[in-house]
Parts: sequence; C-alpha cells; structure tokens
Amino acid sequence: MNTVWSRFNIASIVLGFAFLYLPIVLLVVFSFNESKLVTVWGGFSTKWYVSLFHNQGLMDAAWVTIRVGLISATVATVLGTLAALTLTRYTRFKGRLLFSGMVFAPLVMPEVITGLSLLLLFVAVNLDRGFFTLTLAHITFSMCFVAVVVQSRLLTFDRSLEEAAMDLGAPPVKTFFQITLPVILPAIVSGWMLAFTLSIDDLVISSFTSGPGATTLPMKIYSQVRLGVTPEINAACTILIGLVATGVVIASVVNKQREVQRLRDEQIALRG
Amino acid sequence: MTDATATAGTVATPSSGPPTSFLQSIVNRLVIIVPYVWLLFFFLIPFVIVFKISLSDTARAMPPYVPTFDISKGFGSLLAGLRELDFENYLWLAGDPLYFNAYISSVVVAAISTVLALLVGYPIAYGMARAPATIRPTLLMLVILPFWTSFLIRVYAWIGILKPEGLLNQFLLSVGVISQPLVILNTYAAIFIGIVYSYLPFMVLPLYSSLEKMDHSLIEAAQDLGCPPITAFWKITFPLSLPGVVAGCLLVFIPAAGEFVIPDLLGGSRTLMIGRTLWNEFNSNGDWPVASAVAVVLLLILIVPIVLFQHMQAKAQEQGR
Repeated sequence: MNTVWSRFNIASIVLGFAFLYLPIVLLVVFSFNESKLVTVWGGFSTKWYVSLFHNQGLMDAAWVTIRVGLISATVATVLGTLAALTLTRYTRFKGRLLFSGMVFAPLVMPEVITGLSLLLLFVAVNLDRGFFTLTLAHITFSMCFVAVVVQSRLLTFDRSLEEAAMDLGAPPVKTFFQITLPVILPAIVSGWMLAFTLSIDDLVISSFTSGPGATTLPMKIYSQVRLGVTPEINAACTILIGLVATGVVIASVVNKQREVQRLRDEQIALRG
Repeated sequence: MTDATATAGTVATPSSGPPTSFLQSIVNRLVIIVPYVWLLFFFLIPFVIVFKISLSDTARAMPPYVPTFDISKGFGSLLAGLRELDFENYLWLAGDPLYFNAYISSVVVAAISTVLALLVGYPIAYGMARAPATIRPTLLMLVILPFWTSFLIRVYAWIGILKPEGLLNQFLLSVGVISQPLVILNTYAAIFIGIVYSYLPFMVLPLYSSLEKMDHSLIEAAQDLGCPPITAFWKITFPLSLPGVVAGCLLVFIPAAGEFVIPDLLGGSRTLMIGRTLWNEFNSNGDWPVASAVAVVLLLILIVPIVLFQHMQAKAQEQGR
C-alpha cells in the first residue's frame, strides 16, 4: 500500500501541473505568433522580438530593473542573513518578539499597504522618489524572504562543527567565515536569487516608491497591458521567463552537486 | 514538543565556546542592530506615518495633507499640529457604503479563493507526498518554478485565455460544449481563477511539508482494522495535515485580501476590491489621508490572521531548533 501511487494521485498531479503551466506555455507560444491578434494563430514569426529590441522605452525599463535587482538583492542578502543569524542564534535579547514580527510580517503584508507606507516615509523625510527610493523599498521587502530561506538552513545546521572550531581556538568571527558561511552558502545563494526575482517582478511597491526616470519593466508592462494586449508584451514576458527558468535550473543543478559534495565531505569527516 | 523543553533548548545561546571578547561583543551587537534598525526605519516607522496621515486633512499642496510636522519650527507648532489630527477620514469611510462594500467583498473574495485553492491544492500536495521519493524533489521544484516567473506575467497570461474571443472559449466552442462564448473576464469568477492560480504554490508547499512528514503506517493500520479509506482520510490524514492547512490558508488569504493586480487586470471595473480602491484613492484621486485611512482599516482587518501566521512561524522555528 505504501508504495502504491494511486491513479487518483497521478491524475491530480498531472491536472495540477497542467493548470500551473498551461497559461505560461500558451503565453510563450503566442509570442511567436505572426498575427497581431494575441489569441489567433497566424503562423510562426519572431518579428515581435525584433520590434521589442527596437522599443527604447522597454529597453530602458529593463536596464533600470536589472540594476535595481542586482543592488537590492545583494544588500538584502547581507541584511537578511544577519536577520536570520539573529533569529536563530540570539534567542534572548530585548525586543526579540518585535524583531521576529518585523521579519515575518512583510512576507504576507498586502503590497498596497507596504508600498503606501514606504512612499509616505520617503515624503516625510523629503527624499526625492526615484532609483534610490526604489532600491531601498526593494531591499526592505526582499530581505525578509532571504532571512526565512537562510534561517531554515541555519536551523538544521550542526552546531558541533562550530563548537569544535572554537574549542580548537578559532575566534567566533573566523569560525563564522571558515565554517558557518561555507555550509549555509547554498541557502544564501538561493536567498539572493529569490530576492533578485522578487525585485525584478515587483509592480505595486515599485509604482508607489518610484519616481520619474526610474520606470521598471513590470511598471512598463503594466501600463501597456492596460492599453491592450500585444504580442510584443508576450515576447518580453517570454524572455523574462526564459532568463528566470535558466537561472533556476542552473542553481538547482549547482545546489544538488554541492549537496552531494557536502554529504560526501561529512561522511569522510565522520569516518576520519 | 512541550513548552518546557522548547524553552530549555533555547536558553543560553550563544554561550558555548571561549568567553567573548570585547570585539566579539561588538560584532554580536552589530549582527542584531543592523537588520533591526533597518526594519524599524523602513517597516515599522512607515506604519506610524501612515496612521498619522490618516488622521490629517487633505490639502492642495505637496505633500497633499495638513498638518505637516516641521521640527525646525519648534515645539509649539508640533503641539498645534497634533491638535489638528482627528478621525474625520474614518468617519468618512464609515459613512460611504463604497468602502464598506469594498472591504466586505475583499474578505469574501479572499475567503472563497482560499477555499478553492485548498480544494485544488490538497490533492496535488497529497499526490506529491505519496509520490516515489526519487521524484519528489523534481515535483517540488516544478511547484516552486512558476513562483519564480513574474506574477504580473502569469496574471496577464489569463487575459488571453479568459476573454470572450480567448483561447478557453475558442476551445469550448470548437468542442461543442457551449454555443455562446462564456463571459468570464471582468467578473468575480476571473478574480477567483487568478488568485487560485497565482497563490497555488503558497497553498501546496505547506500542505506538502505536513503531509510528507506523516507516518503512512497509521493509515494502513486503520485500513487493516476495517476503516474505509474516506473515513481514514478524515480521521487521520486530514487532522494530521491541519498545521499545513492553516499555514497555506493564511499565506493565500492575507495577501489575496489586499490584492491589486488580479482584480485590476482580470476583474474589470464592475468588481470591487479594497486593494484597488486604495490604489485609486491614492493615484487617481490623490487623496493621501483617505488612502492612509483605508490602509489602516485593512491592516486592522488582517491583524488577527497576520499575528496567527507569525505565531505559527515562531512555533515552527522553536520546533526546528
């Protein structure tokens, strides 16, 4: 019974994945549509990709998006890792409850609320809205996701490795960089990737916190979608999906190899 | 794990290893202080400002509200400003049925979508948990992958599917199931589909993790003793998966209640949801104080599920230790 994977189970998985992937597949297919009508097939064509690269507005927006994504993901990874260390290692300090609240609340907070509140903060401190405020906002919401990812790795981390290093006289900071960091690095990398994806994907918080000259790709896509659906947007979306999918697949392969390597190392260490 | 052992396990870290030096204690403090201060400044203080502005009056200026506090003008003007704050905007919200209806409809839409997501997500999570151990990581990655692709793009993809001359109607017409195109886009049905679709991974993942941990021999024991499979499911599987059910429902319900993109792109102008009301109040009407009041009330409505969610996160963290 235990090994029987019933027909019902298989059917629900197949249907579920069809539901998850069919819209994305259709979107990609119709980006190669000759016809201007998004939903009527008029033959294979790559002309929308060509016109996409001649659309200066979209290209500028893509450049802003990538820069904000790289900067905010990197800062958010540092802050998020520190937050994860705080959550797992420092269990007794004043205001810990508030701290964990501030880390977990942004994960579920409706974006309109976060966006509005950040905008009002920037206005209150008289900060001009633009690239800088956009980056600050992205750091703030994505660092919490990094914190959760890194924290879950730290929770399963074998502390005896660190204790051994410190018993042998390594100072705590050195122990962190030589022992802890290499072990939790895969989690930090996936945290960075998550932060980057969240950043290049965000529409609502960006619309509130951005200003003139700092239009991101989702903002651009959103304003064009409101005017009408065009195959050019499908093409832009397909490129984004392709980039993200490639990144995720590479990351998971690398992660898997590292994991195998780590298990092997631990085995050797335990035996020796 | 009982509470006593949970606390016993968490006391006195980090205390192992050699005694901490002065430099070390500075590093220790910095680890806490840097993210703490960041979140205080960019997450908590903004809420205080939202609350303050929700008590202010609308003005034709930039920023479009009065009073604005200017510390350079001294303590007196600060006090005078404080006296100008009132709950007028909240009375305005209470007096206008538009807002009341928008809140009610947001909560109802989010609740219905959450139930639908649970009904769709449970069989998927169950099937994944029962799958051979070798393919489980792949299935897990396949559930997570759509989450990595743009939310906006995934919602946008549904426009082409759901619109009257869209792919779904083309398909159903050609098969002959319907003779008239279904009107789905720009109705609440489209919002339900959009929310269930977009938030499905958030439902499946916690369900899967609680179902995967379950000991399947319990089911076998029940069935050996003559319990029919459906009864065994309701008496054993479902209760054991409850933590996952609650976590998944919270992860869908809370963001869905304040959702903006889905109602805006799929719901059309005749559907009412508070996220869009707030957006319009702010962007189209430029009424910041009323938009702030809308946000504060939305936060009050969601505070119970949010606290519940945090409580569960903290508990999971204690148990993982």
